[in-house]
Amino acid sequence: MKADRSIDIRGEVCPYTFVKSKLALEELESGQVLEIILDHDPAVENVPRSMEADGHKVLSVKKVGKDWKILVRKA
Amino acid sequence: MRKSFEARFLGQKRSTKNPFDLSQDQIVRYSRQLILKEVGGKGQKKLMSSKVLIVGAGGLGSPAALYLAAAGVGRIGIVDSDKVDLSNLQRQIIHSTRTIGRPKAVSAKDAIQALNPEVDVVTFEERLEPENALDLLKGWDFVIDGSDNFRTKFLINDACVIKGLPFSHAGVLRFIGMTTTVIPRQGPCYRCLIREAPPPGAVPTCQEAGVLGTVPGVMGAIQATEAIKFIIGAGNLLVGRVLYFDALSMRFDQFELRRNPKCPSCGDRPVIKDLSQVDYGNVCRVKAE
Repeated sequence: MKADRSIDIRGEVCPYTFVKSKLALEELESGQVLEIILDHDPAVENVPRSMEADGHKVLSVKKVGKDWKILVRKA
Repeated sequence: MRKSFEARFLGQKRSTKNPFDLSQDQIVRYSRQLILKEVGGKGQKKLMSSKVLIVGAGGLGSPAALYLAAAGVGRIGIVDSDKVDLSNLQRQIIHSTRTIGRPKAVSAKDAIQALNPEVDVVTFEERLEPENALDLLKGWDFVIDGSDNFRTKFLINDACVIKGLPFSHAGVLRFIGMTTTVIPRQGPCYRCLIREAPPPGAVPTCQEAGVLGTVPGVMGAIQATEAIKFIIGAGNLLVGRVLYFDALSMRFDQFELRRNPKCPSCGDRPVIKDLSQVDYGNVCRVKAE
């Protein structure tokens, strides 16, 4: 799955992980995919949950080394 | 570790720049509204490039100015010719004991910039008069009527209708407040509600009758809310409706207000085409009538 846009928010903690992910998604068109790279462990649960609450589809959540990669398709 | 991570995602469109070109501080400062669907990055950018003029830095203008500044409105204009007096501080919360004796416009500017240094504040240490109204109202997106007298309220209405400029009207007395939003020609105006001002002395002023400080606080906050909603294009504005607040019974009521086709200001054949056609000296009556 190739992302249309990737945002690197390593170093960010909640709630800014979600704020920045949400803003990045707002810049995409409906149906496009955003890749979120983060390293704040609680965000791995919070960001996908918030994205789904907004109606977007979380495609995958993967651990890559010390970091996490989340793919979200914009509703 | 970082290097191997970079290598893994090499070739993808990566960005460490913040979305919507917002600074890190802006994202933190506005985070609670950025995550609102109705605001978001787009709405925040609209707020940051918007210009709101507040006529009167008093009981209504104080909360309105502070909330608009807090929300990140790009430019705020303050029109007020008065100086801060000790008797103002019970309700005019933008001023402080420290600023007694200073021009209200300047005192308000200092408070706004202490709250949010990103806001560009323009001060007008003068009264809104028929002679300067059209000039002062030039270049703004929205106007807040925070004035305390009928003359200025009619003047704001007539000038804004002539210019097609949206504004929020509010008035307070004792425990009562009322407010409505005027989008000229899309809904009724203040003259559709009251054709002319009551004769001097017929309605007491806040100075004579008193006012609880929180009442203009509530009304001014509503006015700021209307300005924000107008700028970001969210929800339904208080157009064609008058919201009436009674703090003693703690009730909000509203009544419908229709545009009067015969209104001298916004009617089908408006008489007030320029401000010289109104006698603002007494009851704001149209001279031509």
